[in-house]
Amino acid sequence: MKKLNRWGVLLGGALMAASATCAVAQELRIGLQEDPDALDPHRARTYVSRIVFTSLCDKLIDIDNKLQFVPQLAKSWSWSEDNKTLTFKLRTDAAFHDGTKFDAAAAKANLERAMTLPDSMRKTEVASIASVAAPDAETLVLTLKQPDATLLATLSDRAGMMLSPKSFDAQDSGSVARQPICSGPYKFVQRVQNDRIVLEKFDQYYNAKDYHFARLTFLPIPDTTVRLSNLRAGGLDMLERLSPNDVAQAKGDANLKFAPVDGLGFQEVFFNLNNGKRADTNPFKDVRVRKALELSIDREAINQVVGGGIFTPAGQAFPPASPYHSAKFPVPGRDVAKARALLKEAGLTTVKGELAFGNNTTISAIAEMMQAMAAEAGIQLTLRPTEYAALLAEAERGNFEVMIRGWSGRPDPDGNIYSFASCKGSLNDGRYCNAEVDKLLNQARVTPDETQRKALYEQVETILHQDMRNFFLYYQPWPFVLRKNVTGFTPSPDGMIRLKGVALAK
Amino acid sequence: MLRLILRRVLVAIPTLILVSMIVFMLQKILPGDPVLTLAGEERDPAVLDYLRDKYHLDDPLPVQYGAWVLQVAQGDLGKSLRTDVPVSTLIGQKLPVTLQLSVMAMFFAVLVGIPMGIVAAVRKGTVVEMGANVAALSGMSIPNFWLGIILIMVVSVQWQLLPASGYVPPSQDFWLSIKTLLMPSLVLSTAIAAYLMRHTRSAMLEALGADYVRTARAKGVSPRQVVLRHALRNALMPIVTLVTLLFGELLAGAVLTEQVFTIPGFGKLIVDAVFNRDYAVVQGVVLCVAVGFIVMNLLADILYILVNPRLRHA
Amino acid sequence: MSAHTATVPAVPPRSGNRAWAKFRRNRVALLGALIVLVFVAMALFAPLLASHDPFQTSFMTIRKAPSASFWLGTDELGRDIYSRLLFGARASLMAGLVSVVIALIVGVPFGLAAGYFGGWTDSIISRATEALLAIPFLILAIALAAFLGPSLTNAMIAIGVSAAPKFIRLTRGQVLAVKNEDYVQSARALGASDLRIIVRHVLPNVMPPLIVQATITIATAIIAEASLSFLGLGLQPPNPSWGSMLNTAKNFMTQAPWMSIFPGSAIFLAVLGFNLLGDGLRDALDPRQEK
Repeated sequence: MKKLNRWGVLLGGALMAASATCAVAQELRIGLQEDPDALDPHRARTYVSRIVFTSLCDKLIDIDNKLQFVPQLAKSWSWSEDNKTLTFKLRTDAAFHDGTKFDAAAAKANLERAMTLPDSMRKTEVASIASVAAPDAETLVLTLKQPDATLLATLSDRAGMMLSPKSFDAQDSGSVARQPICSGPYKFVQRVQNDRIVLEKFDQYYNAKDYHFARLTFLPIPDTTVRLSNLRAGGLDMLERLSPNDVAQAKGDANLKFAPVDGLGFQEVFFNLNNGKRADTNPFKDVRVRKALELSIDREAINQVVGGGIFTPAGQAFPPASPYHSAKFPVPGRDVAKARALLKEAGLTTVKGELAFGNNTTISAIAEMMQAMAAEAGIQLTLRPTEYAALLAEAERGNFEVMIRGWSGRPDPDGNIYSFASCKGSLNDGRYCNAEVDKLLNQARVTPDETQRKALYEQVETILHQDMRNFFLYYQPWPFVLRKNVTGFTPSPDGMIRLKGVALAK
Repeated sequence: MLRLILRRVLVAIPTLILVSMIVFMLQKILPGDPVLTLAGEERDPAVLDYLRDKYHLDDPLPVQYGAWVLQVAQGDLGKSLRTDVPVSTLIGQKLPVTLQLSVMAMFFAVLVGIPMGIVAAVRKGTVVEMGANVAALSGMSIPNFWLGIILIMVVSVQWQLLPASGYVPPSQDFWLSIKTLLMPSLVLSTAIAAYLMRHTRSAMLEALGADYVRTARAKGVSPRQVVLRHALRNALMPIVTLVTLLFGELLAGAVLTEQVFTIPGFGKLIVDAVFNRDYAVVQGVVLCVAVGFIVMNLLADILYILVNPRLRHA
Repeated sequence: MSAHTATVPAVPPRSGNRAWAKFRRNRVALLGALIVLVFVAMALFAPLLASHDPFQTSFMTIRKAPSASFWLGTDELGRDIYSRLLFGARASLMAGLVSVVIALIVGVPFGLAAGYFGGWTDSIISRATEALLAIPFLILAIALAAFLGPSLTNAMIAIGVSAAPKFIRLTRGQVLAVKNEDYVQSARALGASDLRIIVRHVLPNVMPPLIVQATITIATAIIAEASLSFLGLGLQPPNPSWGSMLNTAKNFMTQAPWMSIFPGSAIFLAVLGFNLLGDGLRDALDPRQEK
C-alpha cells in the first residue's frame, strides 16, 4: 500500500510539473510597481491601471511609438472645417467580452458615461464635448463647444476606452470596477487586491492571432529589489519601472533583457510662489534665488549617481520624444560661480530653504545630492521627506517652499503643461499665475495645426523660463526588463505594455 | 466557574468599544486628505468634492463614527475607497493567507522551541543551556525584515530554490503554496521559537523543582520519565496559554514579513491601507484584528481557568 | 516583544548587594553588559572614532567595497559606512532609550494609580490598556508615526506610546502584589498620605521588574525604530540611523551587500546586548528564578 502511494505521488508530481510548464509557456507574468486602483477606465487614476487597460480595453484610437494616432476601434476619423465636429467611422467586427456587439450606440453610451458619471475622473478631459450622436451603427459624431486640439489624445487614453454598456449599473457605480467588461484582446478573470489581476485571452478578438498568450497575470510587487529578484529567479517574465540603481545589474544578467524607453513625463522642482502664508516668507520668492538654485544643480551627476544613466536631463516640459520639444531651450549646466553671483545681486550670501519630497529611495537620494550641490553655492537646504499621501495634501495646502514632484506625462503637450502653469490649473500648487501664459495655453488648446501650436508653446516656454515657476530635473524613463525568452516587445514612450506580437521563445 | 467566565466576557465588551473608538480616531487624525491620495495624478475639483460628499468625509467626527458603528452592526464593513472591493471580501481573501503563514510559523517554532527549552531546562547550568539561551535571544534580536531580505538574495536569487515573493493558495497547488510561504514562515518563526524556548525552559525549571517531581525521583522513577510524564505535563499549561497569546505576536511580525516577501496577507493589507489613507479598510481590518485578539485572550483566560483547578473557585 | 509579565513578589531593597553578586557571576549577562557598553561608547565618542564626516558625499566613491580608506565600504552617495554606523548608534540608542522613557513616564503613573486605587480608576485604566494592547503594536506605531510625520522624534513618541500599555499592566500587577504587604499596611495605619505611600513604599519595590522590562523594551524599541525606518517612517536621510541605512541598502543588496550587512549586524548585536543584559538583570533581581 505504501509503495503505491509513493509512486502515485511521484506520478502526480510529474504530471503537475509537466502541466505547470505547459501552462507557464502560455502565461505571461508582469510585475507592477503598485496595485492598480479601480479597474474602471472612467474612474481610474493610476498609471498602472492604464497598463492593465492596454490589454483589457480597446479604445477608439491608439498611439504609436512616434506619438501618431492610429486606428483601433475607430477605422478612420475626420474633422469638420470649423474643427468643431469630429466624425469617427467604427469597426464592425469588434465585440465585447460578454458577447454584445460594439457599435456607435455603445460608443455613445460610453462617452456619455465619461461625461456625466458623478465620480468620473475624465470629466475635465472631455469637457469640450457638447454632444455625442450615433446616426448609424458605424458612425460616431462628436460635436464640440469649441475646437479642441487635445481631444484625439484624450480619446487615445481612458476616455476613449469602451466598456460594454450592458454592464453599466445606475445604482452601483462600483460594479464595473469589480468586473470590467471591455472589448480588448484579453478579458477579465479575477482580481485579488494587492496580489494579482488575471486576464484570459478573448478568442473572438478581431486580431486574436497576434496575441500569443492564453493568460496574463499582473503581480503588484512594490519593493523594487524583490520585483527584480523575482524576475531573476523566474517568477516573473517581465517587470516595469526597474529601479535606476539596478540598471547595471539588469544589463549584466545574461538571462535578462533591459528595454528602457524615454517617457513622456518629467521630474520637476517647483516653488511656492503664491499659495498661503509660506509663499510670503519663501526665500525663493526672488527669481534670482530660484535661478541660482537651478544653476547649482548638476543634472548629469544626478543621472549618473542616482539615475543609472537613464535619467535624461530635462530643461523644458516636453521630452525629446514629443514633436513639441524645442531646440530653443537647452538644458542648463552647472555653474556655481554664476549662482553665487546671482545671490549677490539679490543682496544675499546665504539662503536657507526647505526642500519637500516624497520619501522613496530614489528621490531621497536626489534630494540629498541637491542639498550637497546647493550648499556649494551658498543655499542651505533642509530636507523634509514626507510620506506620499501627506505630500499631496501639503502641496495643495501650500505648506512648502520648494518641492520635488514627478508627472508620468501625456502624449498631448497640453497634458504636460496646462494643469501646472495655468492660473487655475488643478496641479498648479505653487499658484503661479501669468495672464499672458493663460491666454497662450488656451489658444494652443484650440489650435489643431501642429506648427502653429508649437510656436505658441515656444512662446509659453520663453515666458516660463523667465518667470521660473519651476525647473525640470530629468525626463522619466520607463525601464522595462524582460526575461531573455520574451520576444517581440518594443517599449512605448507612454509606458504602456502593448502585447501584440509578443511571445515566449522556446 | 461559569460566572467567572461570564464576567470575563462582559468585561471584554467595553474594551471592544474603546478599541473601535481608538481605531476610528487614529485614521481620522492622520494628515493627508484621503480623496487627494486616492485621486493620484488626476485632480478634478468637482469630482473630489463629490467623493468627499459620497464618503461623508466632511461630516463632524461623532456623526461619522456613529454612521460607521451602525454600518458595522449590520455586518457591513464598508468598501475600499481605492478599489470599491468590500472590506469583508478583502478580509476573506487575506486572512486565510496570514493564518496559513502563522500556522506554519507556529509549527516551526514549536518544533524547534519547545524541545530546545526542555533540553535547556534539563541541562541546567551547562554550556548547552547557555548556548541555547544565547541562540534564543539571538532569534529575538535579529530584525526579521533583514533576515528576510538576506534569505531572498541567497535562497531565491543565488540558489534559485524558492520563489522570492508572492503567494499561491493551497487549493490551487498545495506544495507550491507551502513553498511560497516557507521562507516567510521560517523568518517569522525565529522570534516565536525564541519565546517558546525560554518559556518552556522556565516553566520546566519550575515544574522540575516542584515537590511532586522530587517525590517521583525519590520513588525511583527514571529521570526521563520524570521529565516527560510529570514535569512536562504541568509545564504545558502556561505554554498552551502562551501559544494562544503568541498568535497576536505573529500578526505583528507578519506585517513586516509580508512586506518583504510581498505576501497578500492581513499585515500587508493594513500597512498599504494606512499609506493610501484607505480609511474604510483600516477601520474594518484593525477592528477585526482587535476583536480577534480580545477573543483569543478571552479563550486563553478561560482555558487557564478550566485547566487549573485552583483557579476555578477564585 | 517580550510576553513576560513578571509575577514575582517584590524584592526588598536591602538585597541589592546580593543581586549585584549574582549578576557578576552570570557570564552571559556580563557579555550583554559589555556589548551595551561598547555601543554606548560608540555613540558617545562617535566624533572621535569616526574616520570620515558621516554626511560627506563623494560621487567618485559610490558603493565601494570595504578597503583601507573606507573600513566598512561606502554607500550609494559615497559616504563612509563605518562613520555613519558610529553616528547611527546615537540615533538608534536614543530611539531605544527615549521611547522607553516615554513609555515609563506614560505607563508607570497609570499603572500605579490603577493598582493602588483600584475600583473605577482601575477599571477604566485597565479597559483602556486592554484596548490599546488589542491593536498590534507595530500597527499602532505605524499609524502614529504616519500621523505625526516621518522623523526620529515622532517615531520615538509613536513607539513610546505604543509600548506604554505593557508598562501599565506590569506596574499594576506589581502594585497589586505589594499592596497588601505589611510595610504598606502599617504605613497606611500610621496615616501616611497616599502619594507618600506610593512614592516611598510601593514604587521602590515595583522597580526591579520595571528595570528588567525597561531594558528589554529598549531592545524592542531599537528594532521598532528600524522597522519604522524600513517602511520610510523613521529618521530621514541624510541623517544616519541603522534602520534607515537598511532601508536604502535593501535596494543594493547584490551590488553592495556591505551596505546591509553592517547596519543589520549592528542592530542585531545592540539588541542582543540589551536582551542579554535584561535577562541577566531579571535573573539577578528575582530570588525565585533558579540559574
